[in-house]
Amino acid sequence: MTHLLVLVPSIYLFCLGLFGIYHRRHNIIMVLLSIEIMLLSVSVNFVGFSCILKDLDGQIFSLFVLTTSAAEAAIGLAIVLLYYRNRGSIFLSDMNQLKG
Amino acid sequence: MGESILYLVFVLGLLGSATGVVLMRTPIHSLLLLIMTFFNAAGLFLVWGAEFLAMMLVIVYVGAVAVLFLFVVMIMNVDEKQLKFEFSSYTGFSTILACILFTELIIAVLPWKTWEKAIDVIALPIPQMTTNANAIGNHLYTQYFYIFQLSGLLLLLAMIGAILLTLRTRNHIVHQDIKQQVNREPTDTLSLIKVPFHKGVDV
Repeated sequence: MTHLLVLVPSIYLFCLGLFGIYHRRHNIIMVLLSIEIMLLSVSVNFVGFSCILKDLDGQIFSLFVLTTSAAEAAIGLAIVLLYYRNRGSIFLSDMNQLKG
Repeated sequence: MGESILYLVFVLGLLGSATGVVLMRTPIHSLLLLIMTFFNAAGLFLVWGAEFLAMMLVIVYVGAVAVLFLFVVMIMNVDEKQLKFEFSSYTGFSTILACILFTELIIAVLPWKTWEKAIDVIALPIPQMTTNANAIGNHLYTQYFYIFQLSGLLLLLAMIGAILLTLRTRNHIVHQDIKQQVNREPTDTLSLIKVPFHKGVDV
């Protein structure tokens, strides 16, 4: 049963991130925060199973997930800042110039 | 016993503060709760015996990513009226979507069991005699060396991209041009004229 102690919090965090992306979809900062939560859930899953199986692989992969999420946050925030400078708003509903 | 109490405390803190992140009204409150979430995750990692990753989480996520978010939120001047309008739609849809995904994943996970021979095929057994950081370093710099370098490249790329995106050259500001000043000759701007007596010069 120990794997449920890892999987259930991780699944909950992932679904919470998904919920956050749709629930707060007007504010692009909140969308980025929700993506961070989803990445954290992946990290928690890797480390938890690394502890259960006594395998170091999970911790190393978690390190790479950490790196990727840091890079993603930096680029995402740069885009948000650029958008705010040009349009004076961070609301996704204002991004309608492409008429997609 | 003590370990399971710690596990419970950190998991409840993690899930509670993560829920707060999504539901808080203003981005700054969500952000502070996100920092709380990362601290709880770091505590959970400590319980699970991943000390290096726990400290990494505190340094990288709390120290860099969350503070980056905090700066960006503070730089922007978002008015309150638009924040109210933010919650107007999609709440029911997102709740249903998240509940469906949660139920599906739980159903998929419940009958799942660890394979009996999983112990025999683990890739990198955790060594008992060295520290966690030492063991991770041993594998990171040998077996995973190329992936490690690639992730470094990814960070470099992110840094260059972020600087390139947000850098702006300000043309209307007067700069001091040292090269131009040093290379200036007196003859470029100054001319000596012998003025004839009682006649003057045309300027």
